[in-house]
Amino acid sequence: MSVATLKKQFESMLGASRLSPELAPSGIPEIALPRGCLTEIVGPASSGRTSLLVSILAAATAREEVCALVDAEDSFDPVSAAAAGVHLPRVLWVRCNHNAEYALKAADLLIQGGGFGLVAMDLGDTPSNAARRISLTSWFRLRRGVEHTPTVLVTVARQSNARTCASLVLECARERVTWSGARGTSQLLRGMRVRTRSKTCSPVFTATAI
Amino acid sequence: MFACLHGNGNLTALGFEFSPVVEQTAPDTVTLDASGLDRLWGFPQDVAAAMARRAAEIRVKVNIALAANPDAAICAARGFAGVSIVPQGDEAKFLGPLPLAGLAPSPELLETLERWGIRRFRDLAALPPLGIAERLGPEGLRLRELARGEAERKLVPLDPPLEFEDQIELEDPVDLLEPLAFLLARLLNGLAARLATRALATDELRLRLKLENRATDARTLRLPVPSLDTKAFLKLWQLDLAAHPPVSPIVHIWMGMNPVKPRAAQGGLFVPLAPEPLSLELTLARIKKGADAFFVPPPSTPPPAKNASDPFLVLRRFRPARAASVAIASGQPGFVAAEGVRGKVLEFAGPWRTSGDWWTTNPWARDEWDIALSDGALYRIYCEPRGWFVEGSYD
Repeated sequence: MSVATLKKQFESMLGASRLSPELAPSGIPEIALPRGCLTEIVGPASSGRTSLLVSILAAATAREEVCALVDAEDSFDPVSAAAAGVHLPRVLWVRCNHNAEYALKAADLLIQGGGFGLVAMDLGDTPSNAARRISLTSWFRLRRGVEHTPTVLVTVARQSNARTCASLVLECARERVTWSGARGTSQLLRGMRVRTRSKTCSPVFTATAI
Repeated sequence: MFACLHGNGNLTALGFEFSPVVEQTAPDTVTLDASGLDRLWGFPQDVAAAMARRAAEIRVKVNIALAANPDAAICAARGFAGVSIVPQGDEAKFLGPLPLAGLAPSPELLETLERWGIRRFRDLAALPPLGIAERLGPEGLRLRELARGEAERKLVPLDPPLEFEDQIELEDPVDLLEPLAFLLARLLNGLAARLATRALATDELRLRLKLENRATDARTLRLPVPSLDTKAFLKLWQLDLAAHPPVSPIVHIWMGMNPVKPRAAQGGLFVPLAPEPLSLELTLARIKKGADAFFVPPPSTPPPAKNASDPFLVLRRFRPARAASVAIASGQPGFVAAEGVRGKVLEFAGPWRTSGDWWTTNPWARDEWDIALSDGALYRIYCEPRGWFVEGSYD
């Protein structure tokens, strides 16, 4: 018997009818993020996870929402983000100077403060062992903080850290890199084809460099 | 009794030192209600002498006149130098020798009076009112009343400048933040209540602490929007004082608030989600204890138009750029090693030569490559006179 069937039976026994959360568009047609929930974007370096995050930021700022980006490793590139369509004056950039623990604290403060359409925490370059050291209690606190609010909470990391606290986990994997021109003379990096995988769907998008 | 000050300098401030009812009659003339001052100083000449003393102290050159009505005082201050006391009931006689120009009549009326041979107050005061009304109309009658010192009117008082300041002199120096918070809360609540009674709010708070070592610690808190939220103010002061504590115990606290009109904002069902400004200020103050937080300014040059359907491949920057060892093969990078980056170059695009600041004394130039390494990642590397660096990874 599958886990989904068991979960369904359990919920029907309890008589609980869970309301599905409101979904916020991500800028990629098949991906929508639940509001009031924690979404994890995971994948190795150059797997397209940052492109997906910036696309989510661009979509949120296009809806005139105020967004916060908690940047643990100080890796955000505003020039790329502006080129990707992010309306930068609506983005609060929190630079945590390579301190993942403080990034978690800052994200918590921002969620408690309220009013943000999107709070994104970028742990993409944080070493795996440091990210794993973040206790489940901290993730649970973040999840409880964002519950029943219209805020989308997104984290980017190399692997899933929040475990059961995450409502949606999007695994990014690079399918191929597109180059154009003759090798060694006029070659250009054109873009990257990325496959994302979650429990419900596995959409593919291409992140273009030019 | 009314007093008039005519001269140069800050006459308004001088007037407010003696009376709360002060009229700015002209740029060089101030009239004040001096009734009751005789109880403080005695006779009118003593009141006038007190005013003259104070004017001399603050170096204001001024003519002072006291009279039973404001216009007689104004005429006397403008007409006579020094201190003048216009006796009640004898105003016409006292003001009689003054020239008519002191009443500032219209040029046509002044010309008519000149032709009639009327040049002084006493000449005009002696004319019958009926005849003046027939020949010169209401303006003539008004001038006659002024010349006789009989004009009665109310002063148009100035509003005293609104100042929202308070201070506490401490008996014992305070060096802990917790007891200081109680004192700050007392000042904040008092000032906010005073602002609220006038339907005002504040957008700037100033705090001046006199320290035991005789130094002064001055701080300013600027708010994004006018507010009266004393709890938020207190928290902001606490965070500021915790981040930058005074160097010595505090012996005196002074606080001031800048009065402004409160913010009037219309909420709406379809207004996009945004943090409440004061709450955001508080959150940022808390975050800034360990990180930098700011809204990103827009780029100086607008980015190129984005293809609407696809996301953009963005760069994750390494700050600072990581110094790299690069093995060159056939004039192109063949192997790259840096902190956390190591691998054989599988694909590359470049070099792209970029340069800038050539119009300054610190020009720069570098060659950039986009590379795919055998470790599975895409990087941007560059070479400049100082060596090779990995700028970031495409992700």
